[in-house]
Parts: sequence; C-alpha cells; structure tokens
Amino acid sequence: MANVTGANSLFLDTARRLSRNRLAVAGGAVILVLAVVSVFPTFFSGADPSRIDTANMLASPSSVHPLGTDKLGRDVLSRMIHGAHISLQVGFISMGIATAIGLLMGLCAGYYGGWADAVISRFIDVMLCFPSFFLILSVIAFLGPSIVNIMVVIGLTGWMGVARLVRAETLSLKERDFVAAARAQGAGDGRIIFRHILPNALAPVLVSATLGVAGAILVESGLSFLGIGVQPPTPSWGNILTAGKDNIESAWWLSLYPGLAILVTVLGYNLLGEGIQEAVDPRLKAR
Amino acid sequence: MTARIVADGNRREEPAQGAPLLSLRGLVKHFPVRRSFLSNETFSVKAVDGVSLDVPPGKTVGLVGESGCGKTTLGRLAIRLIDPDAGGIFFEGREITTLAGEELRRLRLGMQIVFQDPYSSLNPRMRIRDIVGEGWLVHGIAKGKALRERAERLLMRVGLPADAADKYPHEFSGGQRQRIGIARAISLSPRLVVADEPVSALDVSVQAQILNLLRDLQDEDGIGYLFVSHDLRVIRHMCDIVAVMYLGVIVELAPAADLFREPLHPYTRSLLSALPMAGGGRREQIVLAGEIPSPIHVPPGCRFHTRCFMSKPSCREQEPALEERCAGRFVACPYA
Repeated sequence: MANVTGANSLFLDTARRLSRNRLAVAGGAVILVLAVVSVFPTFFSGADPSRIDTANMLASPSSVHPLGTDKLGRDVLSRMIHGAHISLQVGFISMGIATAIGLLMGLCAGYYGGWADAVISRFIDVMLCFPSFFLILSVIAFLGPSIVNIMVVIGLTGWMGVARLVRAETLSLKERDFVAAARAQGAGDGRIIFRHILPNALAPVLVSATLGVAGAILVESGLSFLGIGVQPPTPSWGNILTAGKDNIESAWWLSLYPGLAILVTVLGYNLLGEGIQEAVDPRLKAR
Repeated sequence: MTARIVADGNRREEPAQGAPLLSLRGLVKHFPVRRSFLSNETFSVKAVDGVSLDVPPGKTVGLVGESGCGKTTLGRLAIRLIDPDAGGIFFEGREITTLAGEELRRLRLGMQIVFQDPYSSLNPRMRIRDIVGEGWLVHGIAKGKALRERAERLLMRVGLPADAADKYPHEFSGGQRQRIGIARAISLSPRLVVADEPVSALDVSVQAQILNLLRDLQDEDGIGYLFVSHDLRVIRHMCDIVAVMYLGVIVELAPAADLFREPLHPYTRSLLSALPMAGGGRREQIVLAGEIPSPIHVPPGCRFHTRCFMSKPSCREQEPALEERCAGRFVACPYA
C-alpha cells in the first residue's frame, strides 16, 4: 500500500538503527520473554504458587522444584513467575500514571508559559526536594499497602522528569514555523498542542517511560522488601527476596533468584531505553 | 501616506475602490531582553519602530533590508501572528489590530503566510494532505474523503503529483516542500499572503520555479503579496512596490521600477550599488563602513548616520520623517 510507506520509512529507519544495537535487542528480548511469561503465568508454571507443602520446606533446587522451595514449601519458580506479573503490572501502570501527569504538566507549562509555567515549574522543584522513596514509604505507611496504592503513589511521585522533558521540548517546538503555520490557518490551542507539539515531543518521552518502568519496578521491590509493598501471600519479587533473607545461609536460592530477576529486568529496560534514545536521535551516540 | 489612513468607522462597508488590501499604521514592536540573570535592567530590541505601509489588492509589495532590520517581524505583525505594541493594522478597510477569539480565527481565512525554512515549516509527523488541509478542517470546509480530493487538486495546482497527499514531509526536497508550504498558504483562498523569504533557503535553479509559481497564483487568484526578502534580484523580479527597511523603520518606499532606476536614500543607493546594472554597465560601488548597529541601542537622530557616506552633523539630532518626494516616492532623508 502506497500510503503506508511514508509512515513506515520514518519508523523503519529508527527500527533499523535499534536492531543494530545488540545490547538494546538483548534488553528487548528479556522484556518480551518476561511480558509473555507474566501475561500467562499459569501456562508457564505447573505448581500453584500458594500451595503449602510442609514436607518439602526449604528444599534445594531439583527437577520437581527447579528453583527449590521456600520455608512454607511453596515452589519458588512458580512464585517468581506469578511475581513477575505483579512487578511488571506495577512498573507499567505507575509509569503510565507518571507519564500522563508529566505530559500534561509539561505541555501546559511549556505552551502557555507565564504564570502557568512558573507555578508548574516551582511545583516540580518542590516535588523534587522530597527524597521520593521516603515520601512513598510514609504515604504507603499511612494509606496502607495495597497494589493500587503502591501504583498510584509511585506514579504521583515520578512524573517530574517527564514534565521537565516535555516542557523543554514544548518550549522549542512552539517556536517552530509549523506551529506558526497552524495558528495562521486558524487552529486553536488544543489542536496545536495535541496535533503539532505532542507527536513531535513523544520520542524522548518514550525513552524516559522505558527507563521509568525499570525505576518503578525497583521501587516496588524495595517497598516489598521492606514489608510495606505487595503483601504476602501475593507473590512479588521484592517479598520473595525478603522472605528468603531469613534463611540465606541454608537456602541461598530463595534470595538469589528474585534478586537476579530484578537485576535482569531493570537492566533489560535500561538497555532498551538507551537503545531507543540512540535510535531516535543518532547524534547522542557521539557523546 | 497619512492621507490614506482608513477610518475606523466604516468597518462594515466594502473597501472603497483603490483602497489598500492591507494598511499598517505606525506599527511598533519591541521585544524585551534582560541583560543578565541578576540585573534588573531591561532593554528592548526595537524590531519594528513605527512603520506605515499599504499593500494594494493583487499587487506585490517588497520589504527589503539587512538581517535584523525587522522585516520578518513586520510580516508576522501584518497577519496577527504576533501582537504589536502600538499602531494599527487594517485589512480590507477593517481594523484588525485587537481582534481575538473566533473573529481572529475567521480573519485567518483571508491572510496567510509562506515561511522561509521549508524544513521547519512542515510538521514532520503529519501527512501532506493533513498539512495542506488543516485550514479546511478547522474551519469546517472539508474533511475525510472530500479533504483528500481537494488536497490532491491543490497539490497538482502547485506542481506536485496527486499522490504526494499521502506522503510525509521528509520524502520531499526543499523546493517541493516549499510548494507544499505555498499550497497550504493558498488552501483557504486568501487575499493576502505574506511571503517571508520564500526562496532564500533554496538553490538558485529552484528559486526561479518557486517565484514563477507565486506569480502565476497571483495572476489567477489576485492575491496581494507582502514579499519579504534580503535578495534585491528577487525583489526586482517580484515586486510592484518596494519598501527598504533599516533598523526597524522604512527609509525609502517607491514603485519598484523607479527605485531600481534611481534610488534616493543613501542606504538604498549603497544596497543597489552592489547589484550589476541591467545594461551591463556598473554603478560606482558604495561600501558602507561598519556593521549594522544593534537594534537594542538605536543611534539617535537618523538611524543610518553612523554608516552614511553623506552624513552631516544635523543627522544626529533629528530623525528624518518619511516624506513624499515625488508621486509615489517616499524617502526618509532630507539630503537625498
């Protein structure tokens, strides 16, 4: 079809550059595998993640339990797979909240300028003053740990980076001639913001969103590790890790595998994010 | 000039015969700049500092001058892309200086702009049909299939293939992109188009094609152009009337033929002395001393006295007014 070649060639160009970056491809592969696993957890794990088997407590890795069992005899592999679902869900949704708020704030501040910019920019500065992890800790301690609370709070404390990025992009885009042309044609503010500025500001946002997922997964793991994140018996990588630390001398696999999973996932997102950044803007590679 | 000011009262009436399409009266635009982050001193760039100019319907008025003389700012003021600090703008006899909201949006149907940079003037994320048809969409003239068909006809009119409608800007060369920009400008059948250096980013071979396209469109639709350029050859080729700007003011205004035959103002004379003459002869070269002064610190008196080869002591004292020297010729220099 002739009318898709245009859209594709811009996209394909970026995709081709991305596919030449081996680290980014590896990161993308990790994320893809995790995504598939977390969407169909029951398909990949035979065992029930909550089934307690007191006869097989702290069993070392074997053919029945490839990653061993925890102190209640639950299958660690199965818990990890179900935990992947929770961790990725938290990562994606909180990043989605943060990106949406950041986009809105950044577009308003950058486009309208003046007092709107002053208010939003100072608000960003104030939000950045809080050590965000401790802010999240205290809010969760106050509201009670539930997955929804955790996602909302991580989202509400993580939008400032996106907002600054979008504000800066908007400031430069709104001076471009095509925005003046749209205004001369009679387009209103809403059309200019959403049809002309937003699509051109999305590339760096995509990068920051990818890195944001990694950050949110880390925060969720940290919260769960401290016991105020996802609550047992719901498995998440953070609470599997924390449950394992009591028996780390006798059953090292309890802590090693969730730790590795967090490491690999976060690394995967960071590599992909940096890969996208380089693919979208090849000049950055020179740095 | 002042004799032709259009009264504010007759805004609902048809413009009188021979009335200008666009009238600018005493336009002023200063851009504030702060010297440094810590000091509170403010300066302003006097981009346009009291300009009056008329564009007759169906004619081309050229604005020529060095970079930084305010010609682009004046072009954008004329179509209300930026707001003046003082002065009045009249379009087809009606004052439009302070129009806002829906009225301003409707005004956009009558006046459009072609930009200098064909790369930054087209949104890279939009298809050509959506770029040239945006005006139809926002004014409820056409959408969907009808918009696409109109876009194809419009693109053919500016010399592009109809299938360009489905492509994206990066698939076109600079000259083709400028055709797209022109198609967008004429999509709403405006009576006035501000052409802001429309060919200065193009190769010389492509420049002529674009200029001829602009002239053909003028012949067919009777569009009045306010044609901004620093290139005297382009101005001579395109314009009926030429206004020469220096540091935010017009120093000479004349029919193009008269101006190129016999420039009066010393600044115009020095500009034209750089051009080869039509007959193959050569004017005496006038080389100006120094750089154009900063528009933040405009020289007192005649703005041009710091570089003028005819400068007299009195030039520093009083700023000369733009006065009619003979029929249709205005000069802001008492000694010219």
